[in-house]
Amino acid sequence: MEQPYAIEMLHITKRFPGIIANDDITLQLRKGEIHALLGENGAGKSTLMSVLFGLYQAEEGIIKKDGKEVQIKDPNDANDLGIGMVHQHFKLVECFSVLDNIILGVEPTTKGGVLQKAEARKKIIALSDKYGLKVDPDALVEDITVGMQQRTEIMKMLYRDNEILIFDEPTAVLTPQEIEELMQIMRNLAAEGKSILFISHKLNEIMEVADRCTVLRKGKYIGTIDIANTTREELSRMMVGRDVEFVVQKDEAKPGDVILDVQGLTVASKAHSNNAVKNVSFQVHAGEIVCIAGIDGNGQTELVYGLTGLEPVSSGTVKLEGQDITHAPIRKRSTMGMSHIPEDRHKHGLVLDYSLEYNMVLQRYFEPEFVSKAGFLKQGAIRSYAERLIDEYDVRSGQGPITIARSMSGGNQQKAIIAREIDKDPELLIAVQPTRGLDVGAIEYIHKQIVATRDAGKGVLLVSLELDEVMSLSDRILVMYEGEIVGELNPKTTTVEEMGLYMAGAKRGATSA
Amino acid sequence: MILLLQYTLIFASVLMLVALGGCFSEHSGIVNIGLEGIMVMGALGGALVMKFLPNLSAPLMILLVVICSMALGTVYSLLLAVAAINFQADQTLVGTAMNLLGTAAATVFVKAMNTAESVDNVSSIIQYVNQKKALVVYIGKFEFNWFMLIALVLLILSYFILYKTQFGLRLMACGEHPQAADSVGINVYKMRYAGVLISGMLGGLGGIVYITAGVSEWKFENGVAGFGFLALAVMIFGQWKPHNIALAALLFGMLRALSNVYTAFDFLAALNLPGNLYNMLPYIICLVVLAFTSKNSRAPKAEGIPYDKGQR
Repeated sequence: MEQPYAIEMLHITKRFPGIIANDDITLQLRKGEIHALLGENGAGKSTLMSVLFGLYQAEEGIIKKDGKEVQIKDPNDANDLGIGMVHQHFKLVECFSVLDNIILGVEPTTKGGVLQKAEARKKIIALSDKYGLKVDPDALVEDITVGMQQRTEIMKMLYRDNEILIFDEPTAVLTPQEIEELMQIMRNLAAEGKSILFISHKLNEIMEVADRCTVLRKGKYIGTIDIANTTREELSRMMVGRDVEFVVQKDEAKPGDVILDVQGLTVASKAHSNNAVKNVSFQVHAGEIVCIAGIDGNGQTELVYGLTGLEPVSSGTVKLEGQDITHAPIRKRSTMGMSHIPEDRHKHGLVLDYSLEYNMVLQRYFEPEFVSKAGFLKQGAIRSYAERLIDEYDVRSGQGPITIARSMSGGNQQKAIIAREIDKDPELLIAVQPTRGLDVGAIEYIHKQIVATRDAGKGVLLVSLELDEVMSLSDRILVMYEGEIVGELNPKTTTVEEMGLYMAGAKRGATSA
Repeated sequence: MILLLQYTLIFASVLMLVALGGCFSEHSGIVNIGLEGIMVMGALGGALVMKFLPNLSAPLMILLVVICSMALGTVYSLLLAVAAINFQADQTLVGTAMNLLGTAAATVFVKAMNTAESVDNVSSIIQYVNQKKALVVYIGKFEFNWFMLIALVLLILSYFILYKTQFGLRLMACGEHPQAADSVGINVYKMRYAGVLISGMLGGLGGIVYITAGVSEWKFENGVAGFGFLALAVMIFGQWKPHNIALAALLFGMLRALSNVYTAFDFLAALNLPGNLYNMLPYIICLVVLAFTSKNSRAPKAEGIPYDKGQR
C-alpha cells in the first residue's frame, strides 16, 4: 500500500493575461518523502508554490491536505495547515538574534504581550537536539554564516510545527560541505515524518536526495517519476524537452602570451573597514579560461571591481597586454580591449530604461562609426549594428532594437550584454557569474560563446559560484577565500570535494600564480 | 546653576519626547520628517485647552492638556500614515508638506480666532500666563515641571515596549525587513500605522511641552523653531535607541538651555558674546555632530521604502 499523501495539488490551472503559468498541473506529496520539483526558469514552479501559499488563487483545480479539500486564501491559511517554506532569499531580520527571528510572528507572551523568551529557548534547544540542527539562539543573524542562517530558517518552520517543508533552491548559497550537511538534515527531517518539497534545477542534488521528482516545462506538467528508476539524462530531457550537453565541448587550451598581469592587488572593502582583496597576484594568458572560484563574498566582487576600474585599488598593479592600467579610467580599459560581463546585469550591465540598440552601443557610441563630427548620433548605423547583433546572438525581444531593456527576460538581457561585450573583439573577457539565474538552454549557449572566445585566442577570466560551471569550463582554477587566492587547481585532476575544502578555508596550497 | 538644570531638563524632555516619537515611526519603516508640523499641532491643542478652560484644577488641567495635545498630534500624523502607507507617497515630501501646513494652518486658525474675539487683534498669539502655573511646582528654587516626570515615564515605557514586548519586536521587524515580517503573518500596514500614530502622539505632546517651557504666550507664526528637526538629530545621534536618545536629548537640551540662562554665568557674560550665538549653538553643534557620526549610524534598513505586498 502506498503512503498517504500529505498534500495534493490536483489539476491546478493559473492564467495570467496572455500566458498560462500553470496548465493542469498535479503535484502529490507523500508523507515522509523528499519530493523534488524540477523545471527551468519560467516553467511555473514559483507560480505553483504561490498558489500553494495562497498568494494566487488558481482558476481551476483543488488542493487537498491529508485527503480533505482545503481552501488556501492567504499565507496565514497555509501556515495554519502546517506548510512552511525556506525562501531562496532568506527572510531574516539581520539585526535581530536567531531566537527573535525564530519566534517572530508566533511569540510566546504573557497576556499583556510581554515576551517570554525563556520558554522559546527551551523549545528551540530541544528541536535542535532532535534534528541535529545547530543554531546559536543568541547570535545576531548578521554575524552568522549563511549555513546557519539557513538552519535558522529551517528552525522557524520546525518551531511552528510545520509538517510540510518547502525548500526553494536551498543550495545556491552554500559550500559543497554545507550542501552535504543540508542533505543530511533533509534526510533526518523526512525520517522524522516531515514531508519535504525540494525545488531545484540542479540535477545532481535531486538525484542524491530526492525520492520522487515532478517535472514542469513551460507551465505544463510533464510527469512524476521515481528517482531510483531514472537517470540524470532522462530528467534533463524531461525538463528541457531535448538532449542537453552537460559537458562543455572544448579542446585542449593553447595558452599564449600574458594578457592580464595582476601583481599584489589590494582592494579596500566598501562594507567593512578591512581589505576585501588582499595582495592577490595572478596572470591570464591568451587562449585560456581562468576561473576564480569561491563562496560568494570572499572578495571576488571587489577583485573584479578593481580590475575593471569600478573601484579604486589600494595597492598593486594591473597590466593589460603589458600596459599599466592600474589607475586607468574605465573607458580607457574598455577601448584597450577589456570586456566585462558584470555580476549585476541591472546595475552595471544595462541602462534598463534605454532601448536595446542604445544598450548595445553603450561602450562604442563615441566611435566615428556611430557619431557624426558635430556630435549627433548616427541612428541608422546604430540601428543596423543592433540588428546584426540581435541576429547573430539570437537576442529575443518584443520589438527588436527599440525594445526597452527592462521589459526583456533575464536570459535575453544577458545575451544582449554578451553580444555587446564579445562583439567588440576584446583581448580579455571578464565574465562574472555569466549564467546566474538562467536556464539550462541559455547556459549551454553562453558556455559555447565563452569557449569560442577562448578559441579565438582571447584571455577569459571567469568568476563563478557554480561548481559545475567551474569544473567544466575552466582551464585553470584559482580559489579565493577571504580575499586571498588560496589555491590553484587543475580542473582535470581536482575534485569538487577538494575544491570545497579550499573554498571553506580548510585547505591552503602554494600558489604558483 | 539651578536655572540651567531646570531649563536643560525641560528642553531635554521636549527633545526626548519628539525623538522617541520619531523612533517609533522609523522603527516601523516610515521616515517622519513632519515632526515639526506635528509639534505645532500638538502645541495648538494644548494651548486651546488652557485658553478656553482656564479655571481647571491643576491635575485636571495637566491631564486635559496632555490628552488634547496628543490627540491633535495623532490626528495630524494620520496625514503621513495615509499618504505614506496607503498611497505609498514619498515620505520626505509628505513630511515637508506637513511641516509647512502645520505652522500655516495653526497661524490662520489662531488669527481667525483672535480676530473673532476682538476685531483689532490680528496677532497669532495665545496667552496662558496663569494657566501655566498649574504645570509646575517649586522644590526650593527649582521649578519642577510635571512634564519632566511624564517624559521620564514615557521614556521607560518606550524602552520596555520596543525591547520587551511582542508589539516592539514586530514593529522593528517591519522597519528592518517588512517582507520577513509579512512572511510570518504580521500585517506590515497595521504595524506601520501604529508606528506613525505613536509618533504623532509623542510629537504632539512634545509640542505643548516646548511652548510652555520658557514663556507664557506663544506666537504660532514661529512654528516650533526647528525643534522637530533638532529632535530628528537627537534620534539619529541616539542611534534609534531610547536610552541613547535620552542622553543625546540631555546634551542638546543643555545647549538650548544655555541661550536662556547664559547671562547668569559670570564668565559667559564676561565673554560678551552676542546672544544670537547661544541661540544658534544647538543647531550648529547638531550639524557638526551629525556630519561626523551619521556615517556610522544604523537606521532601520527598510525605512523610507513604501511596502508593497506584491513585490517579493
